[in-house]
Amino acid sequence: MKKLMSGNAAAGEAAVLAGCTCYFGYPITPQNELTEYMAKRVPEAGGIFIQSESEIAAINMVLGASVAGARAMTSSSGPGISLKQEGISYLAADELPAVILNMVRGGPGMGNISPAQSDYLQATRGGGHGDYRTIVLAPSSVQEIADLMPLAFDLAEKYKNPVVVLGDGMLGQMMEPVEFDHIRKPKSAAKDYILTGAKGRPSRMVRSLIFDVKEQEEHNWKLSRKFQRIEQNEVRYETYLLDDAELAIVAYGTAARIAKGAIARLRQEGLKVGLIRPITLWPFPSKIIQETSKTIHDFFVFEMSAGQLIEDVRLSLEGKGRVHFYGRPGGVIPTPVELFRIISRHYYQAQREKKS
Amino acid sequence: MKKVYSRPKSLKPAHFHYCPGCGHAIVNRLLAEVIDEMNLRDSIICVAPAGCGMLLYNYFDIDCLESAHGRGAAVATGIKRVRPDNLVVSYQGDGDLAAIGTAESFHAANRGENITIIFVNNGVYGMTGGQMAPTTILDQVTTTTPAGRVSGQAGYPVRMCEVLAVLDGTSYLERVAVHKPAAIKATKKALAKAFRHQMNKTGFSMVEILSPCPTNWKMDPLRACRWVEEVMSKQFPIGVVKEVQC
Repeated sequence: MKKLMSGNAAAGEAAVLAGCTCYFGYPITPQNELTEYMAKRVPEAGGIFIQSESEIAAINMVLGASVAGARAMTSSSGPGISLKQEGISYLAADELPAVILNMVRGGPGMGNISPAQSDYLQATRGGGHGDYRTIVLAPSSVQEIADLMPLAFDLAEKYKNPVVVLGDGMLGQMMEPVEFDHIRKPKSAAKDYILTGAKGRPSRMVRSLIFDVKEQEEHNWKLSRKFQRIEQNEVRYETYLLDDAELAIVAYGTAARIAKGAIARLRQEGLKVGLIRPITLWPFPSKIIQETSKTIHDFFVFEMSAGQLIEDVRLSLEGKGRVHFYGRPGGVIPTPVELFRIISRHYYQAQREKKS
Repeated sequence: MKKVYSRPKSLKPAHFHYCPGCGHAIVNRLLAEVIDEMNLRDSIICVAPAGCGMLLYNYFDIDCLESAHGRGAAVATGIKRVRPDNLVVSYQGDGDLAAIGTAESFHAANRGENITIIFVNNGVYGMTGGQMAPTTILDQVTTTTPAGRVSGQAGYPVRMCEVLAVLDGTSYLERVAVHKPAAIKATKKALAKAFRHQMNKTGFSMVEILSPCPTNWKMDPLRACRWVEEVMSKQFPIGVVKEVQC
């Protein structure tokens, strides 16, 4: 049955249904609805909710709950995520699962509470100190938030690595019909890495300090091999009206949603424009972009930032094709009509150049 | 012949890395003895800090997690809430607990988390080479207070037991020391008492241990022990600071 819910609340409901028993968080807009939802919902389901004294404490409580064997999550927005990066680095180094939701706002610094996609590079490059990556999932609707939350927990446990769900203020606060019927609690699997007290087994230690440089190097290579496996197995994306397209938009999250609106108008005018929507921002869907570049020359990167996703598109294309760009940073939400106008101009220009 | 002294079972056959005369070695040994005597090896989960105490997981045959610098009380909170039947202990130094981790320590105490902090106070950042700690006493020379700690410039030594005593969430706060046999015995008793408080779910417990650091104090071990007695324990009075009924 469908319910009308905000993205923030839907994220919380999906997490609880997917077996998240621990939520730790600190108030920050635009994700407060999630913390408030969890304050009621998690204890109701028999779990643990703590409003922490800080973002740093929240992520470290997540780490403690995770090493104790629970499915644990926290959430925040840009400035708070910066504070959590220390703990995210430790989670990655210790190989512990955790889910971190970032409802991005306009930055840098305090910025504002309007929707933005300004934390793309922070999320996809690891974000904290050291040689690591986090899996980054980018929903573009309230339903997709509900769909990706269980996947986030599954991937976090499968790879013993933190997973970031990257939304924005719009996805967090808008309300849409959403259903959760498909979400199943995970089967309880024995975890051989958690701390339970060493009853009847050798003691375990979970740490990231490795004095021996060779041992540290091997640990880092081990992480690196894991990240390669993730890159091979976990790429997710959506293509939309790409088959006959002469220009491909690359956009994710809210921007992809706006792009679909623009495409509807562009198609009405007979402009053959399609969309590649990365769902995993890391691992990035480079292959589909490379393959598309065999038939499409013009790529149009659209994001609500001054240009971050564009780096991955360029890296994927390896110099092939041409990359156009339209970005609106600072919490501005472009309209489909605005995007339609900009893309039309680029499209006709590309057509003219092709003829000449 | 009767064997009167041996390695506690909960210690691995490994050599401590601690400097000669360092109090950590004594505290580690006492903790191991208490774990053995109270039969806690199967239920204890220990959080190690950043600092000289961090390598305790190399010595103890118990489940251990290494925390980020100062975050021990937050990590221990997460563990304890998920596993309320385990004994959760966070082992921390003065920089860890009372500088970079003040917020985590204060709020875990204020929430009355049923965890125990073993707080080794030696008045300096030991592992990084003897810089000023929040507990460095006035006029004490460290590598970052070469002329001695001056209050107008670097503030005052923090008495953490007294700070936390005002919080309703704390149940047992005692300051002890490991500079002489009688004090060492009292320290062992305090550790056991703190664990009993945790097992009885009375709230947050902490044992602050004044501990010599001859290397960074630039003293020989005997003089360092005398300094704990004559100078340090004047700033940090030894004794029970707070105890609720257990």
